[in-house]
Amino acid sequence: MGSIINTQQVINGLQLGSIYALIALGYTMVYGIVRLINFAHGDFFMLGAYAAYASFYVFNSFIGEGSPLAFLVLIVAMIAGGAIASLSNLLAYKPLRYKPKLSSLVTAIGVSMFLEYFFSAFPFIGPSPRGFPEILPKVIYRGFGAEISNYVIIDLVVAAILMSGLTFLIQKTSLGRAMRAVSQDKDAAKLMGIDVERIITWTFAIGGAFAGAAGLLAGLTYPRIDPYMGIIPGLKAFIAAVLGGIGNVPGAMLGGYILGLAETFANAYNSILGDGIAFAVLIIVLLVRPTGILGEKIADKI
Amino acid sequence: MKFPKFLAAAAVFYAVIMILSTLNILNGYFMIIINKSLIFVILAVSLNLINGITGQFSLGHMGFAGIGAYVSGTITAIILKLQIPHSFSMGAVGSEAIFIGAIIIGGIMAAFVGFLIGFPSLRLKGDYLAIVTLGFGEIIKTIINAIDYVGGPRGLSVPNFSNFTMIFVFAFITVAVIRNTIASSHGRAMLAVRENELAADLSGVDTTRYKVTGFAMGAFFAGIAGGLLAHLIYFTTPSQFGFLPSAMILILVYAGGMGSLTGSMIAAFLLTFLTEVLRIGIDWLNQTAKLPIGPEWTMVVYALILILVMLFKPNGLMGGKEAKILILERKTT
Amino acid sequence: MKPILSIKGMTHYFGGLKAVSNFNFDIPEGVIYGLIGPNGSGKTTTFNLITGIYTPTEGEITFEGKPIKGMKPYRIVQGGVARTFQNLRIFGAMSAIDNILVARHYTVKSGLASSILRTKSFLREEEAIHEEAMNLLKMMHLESRADEMAKNLPYGELRRLEIARALATKPKLILLDEPAAGMNPKEVQELMALIKQVRDDFKVTVFLIEHHMHLVMNICEYLKVLDFGETIAEGLPLEVGKNPKVLEAYLGKGGH
Repeated sequence: MGSIINTQQVINGLQLGSIYALIALGYTMVYGIVRLINFAHGDFFMLGAYAAYASFYVFNSFIGEGSPLAFLVLIVAMIAGGAIASLSNLLAYKPLRYKPKLSSLVTAIGVSMFLEYFFSAFPFIGPSPRGFPEILPKVIYRGFGAEISNYVIIDLVVAAILMSGLTFLIQKTSLGRAMRAVSQDKDAAKLMGIDVERIITWTFAIGGAFAGAAGLLAGLTYPRIDPYMGIIPGLKAFIAAVLGGIGNVPGAMLGGYILGLAETFANAYNSILGDGIAFAVLIIVLLVRPTGILGEKIADKI
Repeated sequence: MKFPKFLAAAAVFYAVIMILSTLNILNGYFMIIINKSLIFVILAVSLNLINGITGQFSLGHMGFAGIGAYVSGTITAIILKLQIPHSFSMGAVGSEAIFIGAIIIGGIMAAFVGFLIGFPSLRLKGDYLAIVTLGFGEIIKTIINAIDYVGGPRGLSVPNFSNFTMIFVFAFITVAVIRNTIASSHGRAMLAVRENELAADLSGVDTTRYKVTGFAMGAFFAGIAGGLLAHLIYFTTPSQFGFLPSAMILILVYAGGMGSLTGSMIAAFLLTFLTEVLRIGIDWLNQTAKLPIGPEWTMVVYALILILVMLFKPNGLMGGKEAKILILERKTT
Repeated sequence: MKPILSIKGMTHYFGGLKAVSNFNFDIPEGVIYGLIGPNGSGKTTTFNLITGIYTPTEGEITFEGKPIKGMKPYRIVQGGVARTFQNLRIFGAMSAIDNILVARHYTVKSGLASSILRTKSFLREEEAIHEEAMNLLKMMHLESRADEMAKNLPYGELRRLEIARALATKPKLILLDEPAAGMNPKEVQELMALIKQVRDDFKVTVFLIEHHMHLVMNICEYLKVLDFGETIAEGLPLEVGKNPKVLEAYLGKGGH
């Protein structure tokens, strides 16, 4: 067991978990507010990675390497993720808002395909994977029998900052209050004068921005990006959100880290197990406790 | 009933294509497109049974095709190597029977997996079922990737046994079987499950049984299609069977109209031909205008088709209805 | 005479909320029994418990002498208990006659194979159940709508269609959940006659939930009154109608 669960694996697991948590938050927020699994969410993650890639090279000529550049790249990645999320909502999801749920789901699949193939087909972006630039020089620290790179710290810190920021937003600001109201009862919120569509747009934007940030972190940590890189992480992050309780924000964070750790340990044992563990988690959750760890039961009136 | 008319139309289609092909008016390239269209008919119609008729949202359909492809491909490849019967090769006596057998076994294996997947998925609705089936498709892909014996990610070489007659007959049987199933009490039970599962339950329908049946049948025909496809294009790889290919079939079904077999058939032909047209167009643009346009643009078009269909014509081409020739209902008034 | 349905000590909790409390009940065969009470008193939950949608937290349910608690709904229906729904649950994209045919499905002997191969026995069975379905439609005055898509039918016809569908399962006991909801007085009159006719012609026991007091008082032979999941009165309609607890439940303290 020692070779599977040790300090190094825990560190790797938390690192992976940070990325899953950030992506999972977007899924859970959107589901909480419009009851839609946004299939394209993983592709916002991909977009963030590419936006970061592009902006690095663009800004590198003006600003030298180092923290200010990295910070700028992060902002760009988040804006890109948020923008494409809002755009998808506006063009593809909003028109189908009051139609049967399945139509939105299928459209989301279409948006996902579109983004993946578009980026694959577009000249200069292309289908081949690209190596992600070293935006900040990698430094490796050794201690406690493990290697910790500064990337790990960046992943954990950025994730922590974003997640605390989100928690503050949701609990303490009027936007957050409105978001909570809309996710509980859209019609009641409308009656209280809340511009529901505007809140939905913001939710998509924030979720997309987080996915974009995750894209940057993923590019940094696992420096190979390609237009299809969002499919599997997107699926896994969704599973993380379900694990924590779909629609529940702290649940998404919790689920992300649990899944990150579980996958890292499983992978150390056997790589097929590593790929399959997320899926096994999904089946178990859906059979044993479909509302997730922190989720609440929503009763169906029969 | 209308069945003889359908049979007649199919026979005419077959005869026409055979004649044109023998006279070489339709060359090999064209025949491949027709063959692919027919295979997509099988895939679309079988997915329609699961998604459109029984109302179970399955996103892993190509995973079943993959099982069929690999199982049948492995069988034919092994038998070819072992040379049983003597001088077993393309066109040799008995080879067709073995080929058909391999295809069917592939279908049965796929059905078995569909059956296994059907059960745990049963409690899930819409969104969750989609994710779980998607996950299963990806898992199948991962597992095949890891099996070195069949070539892993490099793919499996498959002998070219598929021909128009074979594919046509399988396609015909698929449509006939599914259509006859729909036009029966069992089909009505499946539709009821789609329309209102609770009411179906409370009308005495064993909803579990019909959901699993829908899955298993759909998987069976998808497995057959997978086998036929592999033996048409000489090889098969795991990448043919993941999320994106499954989404492709979904587009066929939605474009044609959920629940409409005619729609699926028309969409299968239209979109397969469209793919070729687009590919030729892209090639031409690449040659003449020297624009670096990749073949992925075809898929971008498909994604757009899906989005546009959902936004503007969600019931698809046929609006969920069937052509007269396939119409099942006997008018009672 | 043995009761057709017998419920002892049935209590059901949804999480911490007690929806039905110590429900005891015997329905004699062949009667029209009414279940009334203010909104939210647990009437539909009772129906859901009887038909197996929920399994009661406590208690026993016996139908025709056999225990049915814990059985799957479709099995209970096949055993002879049918129901309609408060909010119509019609198969919208299917024709009216198809809606009825679905309810006959479990009696069909032809397997999938003979359906696919279109055997003689399959065709004969289809013919037979089509005829039975048409008869049911005729009884409900819906025969001209047989091939109409159900979602195009007006509300009143859909209510009758649902009753026809429930009858198609060949029940011994039929549960009607607010069959008169949304009907005008003339339709209510016709419904009353229909329910009596159904009971007489099909030899079923009828157990119904209703708010239309006129209907309840006129066709129910017995009544049971629920309030907050508890039975506050039962017996003959006239007695129950005078019971002060019942009046209080509906009209609040202070009488009328």
